[in-house]
Amino acid sequence: MSTPEKLGLMLFAIAIFAVVFIGILLLAARFSGRTGERIQAASFVLPTLLFILVGLIYPALLTIRDSFKEDAGGGFGLANYVDIFTQEQNLIVLRNTALWVILVPVLATGIGLLYALVVDRTPWEKVAKALVFLPMAISMVGASIIWKFVYEYKPSFRDQIGVLNAVLKTVGIEPKQFLLDVPMNTFYLIIVMVWIQAGFAMTILSAAIKAIPDDIIEASQLDGVNPVQRFRYVTMPAIRPAVVVVLTTIGIGTLKVFDIVRTMTGGQYETSIIANEFYDAFFRYNRPGLAAAFAVLLFLLVIPIVTYNVIQMRKDA
Amino acid sequence: MATVKFDNATRVYPGNDSPSVDQLNIDIEDGEFLVLVGPSGCGKSTSLRMLAGLEEVNDGKIWIGDRDVTDLSPKDRDVAMVFQNYALYPHMSVAENMGFALKIAGEDKAQIRERVEEAAKILDLTQFLDRKPKALSGGQRQRVAMGRAIVRSPQVFLMDEPLSNLDAKLRVQTRTQIASLQRRLGVTTVYVTHDQVEAMTMGDRVALLKDGILQQCDSPRRMYDHPDNVFVAGFIGSPAMNLVSTPVVDGGVDFGTTTLQVERDALAEAGSRVIVGIRPEDVELTSEGDGMAIVVDVVEELGADAYIYGSAEDAAQVDSGEDDDGVKPFIARVDGRRPPRKGETIYIKPQEGHLHVFNAESGHRIGH
Repeated sequence: MSTPEKLGLMLFAIAIFAVVFIGILLLAARFSGRTGERIQAASFVLPTLLFILVGLIYPALLTIRDSFKEDAGGGFGLANYVDIFTQEQNLIVLRNTALWVILVPVLATGIGLLYALVVDRTPWEKVAKALVFLPMAISMVGASIIWKFVYEYKPSFRDQIGVLNAVLKTVGIEPKQFLLDVPMNTFYLIIVMVWIQAGFAMTILSAAIKAIPDDIIEASQLDGVNPVQRFRYVTMPAIRPAVVVVLTTIGIGTLKVFDIVRTMTGGQYETSIIANEFYDAFFRYNRPGLAAAFAVLLFLLVIPIVTYNVIQMRKDA
Repeated sequence: MATVKFDNATRVYPGNDSPSVDQLNIDIEDGEFLVLVGPSGCGKSTSLRMLAGLEEVNDGKIWIGDRDVTDLSPKDRDVAMVFQNYALYPHMSVAENMGFALKIAGEDKAQIRERVEEAAKILDLTQFLDRKPKALSGGQRQRVAMGRAIVRSPQVFLMDEPLSNLDAKLRVQTRTQIASLQRRLGVTTVYVTHDQVEAMTMGDRVALLKDGILQQCDSPRRMYDHPDNVFVAGFIGSPAMNLVSTPVVDGGVDFGTTTLQVERDALAEAGSRVIVGIRPEDVELTSEGDGMAIVVDVVEELGADAYIYGSAEDAAQVDSGEDDDGVKPFIARVDGRRPPRKGETIYIKPQEGHLHVFNAESGHRIGH
């Protein structure tokens, strides 16, 4: 199919969708009274449920089934999961994922919080916050390419185009191949994610800090707190719910991170993480079963974070 | 405990031309209950916050006892404040809220607990000590805020409209409680309110501010009987004093069909017109043709008394500069058993010795 044909087909599909949807709405509008309301509600809910069923739940069930399918023999069993938890290469993936999930939320939230506290109520607050928030607006691939340049290595007799190595060379240290430097290279990749997420953390936490009533701050001043005590006894308890939301949101985002690793190292040099590994397993190693198992594992890891998040939000409501 | 002294204290907010508090001078005695009162925006809260150290003092000085606290931070002033919205720490229990300042000061736990329990007993909060502020009613929260101040046994209590979030009945009740508590503890207290009834009932002395300038600072009785100017006369008292602009005539001032006797000396510098003030309860009903004619518009019967709201036919009510727009009615208190009827014309004049006379230009009191 040529591109114009595809485009035409797409427009046709959108048109059909619109016609069907308007049809449903018009039909629903004809009913009135108590049953009418139910029919109207159903006409909104049912299509959504249908899409979720077809687009999300059914594939999820298929993936779970596939994760037990052995790639070599075709029988069903736990072989894929055994592979994940026994093979050296996969264990590194798990270790890296753990590092990412622990370090990124903690560092991004910590830096974001510190920054929000420091710039709060200063004259240059808006500009300072915009600068930190900007990385959020860049795609992860874009950010990765930027940082690839930052880490770029040239042999020491040549001019360095990477900022870090240029600095190292100027102060007289031998340039380094940052992205090949196992195991530190995983940390260098983590920095990229922290750089992106700190702005998000800062924005949410700054809003939470501003929501603390002025008179409570003043009351604490009269009670004699110093800045550290004020943070510990007044600010932190007040923004705790926001901190939890930020930590868990970044945690979930980090579990799913794929672009940074894909773009910067392709998962080589012991930098791979789960989301990258199931892509590799599927498209490069031709092991759909293993890929499905990784996907299921990722799903299982997200569940406790989401649950914790929901519980916290209920508690505060 | 200590005295407090505002010495030409001035506060100009950045970007404002005129000061929000202009050269405030008040000497507050040890153990005194001083009420700062005035319409909104008069600078009363700002004055209190200057004393607390929450607002910068641009000019002049503030003293607590013999210490110059003008440039001290709030925590070094040994003052405790009760905020309008109470400002309780939401995540701490009542006991933790009350003991927080002591905890920060490094007192030992047993000592803190003892003092908190003592204060809780005074304020009837003992059974709530382990609750969070969220689980308390408005009145209870207000008492916790009081307790937080009491526990510290500071040199000065500062209260910023602490009753404004309570319902009317509770407000009256708490008003008396605070006043008696203050007498009992004997701690110097500065109390801000916009409600002149609160000011009159609670304060040893009342300081009335308008546009950042102190109008008068006196005992409630003196403020009522001897207002220094038209603004004070109109602000203090409820219902408000009737203020009428009237020409000066030979031997006194003109009042409808009669002439009211006013000291000659007082009128000497007054010019051709003066403002006379008569409180509603000082009005005397007279017979036809004697005094000012009033057409009764509304009669409010309160049982023992009745208030009539009427319009004077030949004299204009004067705006005391508070917040009125439109014509103020002339108000008179009459016997509740035999009130005049609506639409009737009555004749009134002030009771002997209860007339206030003010300069029409400056508004200053010139005699009685």
